[in-house]
Amino acid sequence: MLKRRLVPVLFLMDGWMVRSQDFSEHQFIGDPVGHVERMVDWDVDELIVLDIGKGEMSFEHHRQDYRNKPVRTLLEFIHRISVECRIPLTFGGRIRGVEDIRERIRNGADKVSINAMLGGAPDEVSRAAHIFGSQAIVASIDFRQTDAGAKVFMDHGKKMLDASPRDWARRAEDLGAGEILLNAIDRDGAARGYDLSVIQDVVDAVAIPVIACGGAGHQRHFLQCFEETGASAVAAGNIFHFTENAYPRAKKFLTRTRDDIRTFSMPRAA
Amino acid sequence: MKLALVDYGIGNVMSVANALHRVGADTEVVRDGDALTALNPDCIVMPGVGAVGEALSLLRERGLDEALNRFVIDQSVSYLGICVGMQVMASVCEEFGEHRGLGWIPGKVTRLVPEGSPLRLPHVGWNTISVAGEADFLAGLDGEHFYFVHSYGVECPGEFVAARSEYGQPFIAAVQHGHMKGVQFHPEKSSRAGEALLRGFVESAALARV
Repeated sequence: MLKRRLVPVLFLMDGWMVRSQDFSEHQFIGDPVGHVERMVDWDVDELIVLDIGKGEMSFEHHRQDYRNKPVRTLLEFIHRISVECRIPLTFGGRIRGVEDIRERIRNGADKVSINAMLGGAPDEVSRAAHIFGSQAIVASIDFRQTDAGAKVFMDHGKKMLDASPRDWARRAEDLGAGEILLNAIDRDGAARGYDLSVIQDVVDAVAIPVIACGGAGHQRHFLQCFEETGASAVAAGNIFHFTENAYPRAKKFLTRTRDDIRTFSMPRAA
Repeated sequence: MKLALVDYGIGNVMSVANALHRVGADTEVVRDGDALTALNPDCIVMPGVGAVGEALSLLRERGLDEALNRFVIDQSVSYLGICVGMQVMASVCEEFGEHRGLGWIPGKVTRLVPEGSPLRLPHVGWNTISVAGEADFLAGLDGEHFYFVHSYGVECPGEFVAARSEYGQPFIAAVQHGHMKGVQFHPEKSSRAGEALLRGFVESAALARV
C-alpha cells in the first residue's frame, strides 16, 4: 500500500536555519547542517529545504570549526547534505529557470520546488519538466485567505494574484509539475491546524499528489489533515524543530490509528 | 571490483553514487559507450528518471546500448537497473509513443494505472514490496518500504518477476533474469532498506565475478 508522507520542512535564510511566521517574521535557529543530520537520523519520509532569503546566499559567516570542512555556498550546502541523505531531498527557493534547477539537481537535490517560475516563466517550467521529468518538479503554491476567498500570493507572500489555489494548481499541473506543495501563509507558524477546505479543493482539482503545509501545532493536526483531506503528504516546520523528538513521536501517534503511514522495520546500520 | 555507474545525461546519478559509497562500493561514472568499454566493468548500475523513450534515444545517441549489450548479454556482467534503468530492459516501451527497448526481458512498459482512473500519477512515496520467487538481491527485504516515483511500469511474464507492489492493483516492483536485475523504486533514496539492497547487489556481483 502506498503510504502517506510526513515531511519536515527546513527554512533557510542567509545560510541560517530560521523559524518562520506569517512569511514575515523569522527567528534564527542555528546551523542547518546539524538539523538536516538529525532529520536523516530520524529516518524522515522525505525532506524539504526552502531557501527563503532574498540576498545572495552565503554561508561565509558560518563557524569554521566543523568537524567537516566549512560550507560556503548554497550549492556546497546541498552537496554536503546530499552525501548523507538516504531519503528524498527537495530543494526550493531562488529558482528562476532551468539552469538553476540543473545546478541543484547536479549537486544532489532529487526534486526542486519552484514558485516564481509558475508566474514569471511558465515555458521554463515545461522545459524543466521535459528535461528532468515531472517527478523532479514540485510546484510550490502560497495562498492566503482574503475577503474574496483564498488567493495565490507571490514574492514571499507580498504580491496577490487574482487566482485561486485551485486554478493555480491546475495551471502548474498543465505546465508539467509532478507534485503540488500547498502553503497556507496565514497559518505559517500559527499552530492552529491545516486549512482543510483549501487543501481538499486543490486535491480535487488536480490528479497529481498534493503536499499540505502550514498550521501544524500538534500531532493531531496531521491526523486531521489525513482524515479530512486527500493530501498525499503533510509537511511542517516549527513543530519538528522545537519539540523534543517530535517526528518519531508524531509517527508513533499516527500509526496507532492509521495503516497508511510508513513504519521503520529495518535495523539501524551499526 | 570495478562498478560502472551509467550516466546517460538525465537524473541524479550523484544520489546513487553517494548511496553506493555509503555501502562501501566505489563507482566510476561513464557517460558513453567508449567509456564503458574502456572501463571493462565487473558490474553495472544504471539509474534513470524521466521518460523511457528519451532515455532510450540518449542511450543510442551515446553508443551505450551496444556497449551495454556487449557486457550484459555477451559477457554476463551483473546489471542493476533503477526506475527507468529497469524499464529500458523491456522489449517494448509505451510512453509518448512506442519505442523499442533493450529487450533483455520480454515485456512492455505501460502506464501504471489506466487513463481516467481516480488514482494519482505519478505514484510517489513509500510503498511495501512482496518478494516473489528467489531473488538473491532482495533476500530479507520482503515487506520493507521503498521509495517510488514513476507513472509507468513494466509488465512481463511471471518467471521474471522478483517483487510486486500494489497501487490500486498489483504491479511489478522488481525484475530478475539471472544476472540482470531491475527495481522500479529508488534504493538510493529508500533509507536503510535501500542500502541493504545495494549492499546485497554489490556482494552478489562480487561473488559472480570470481
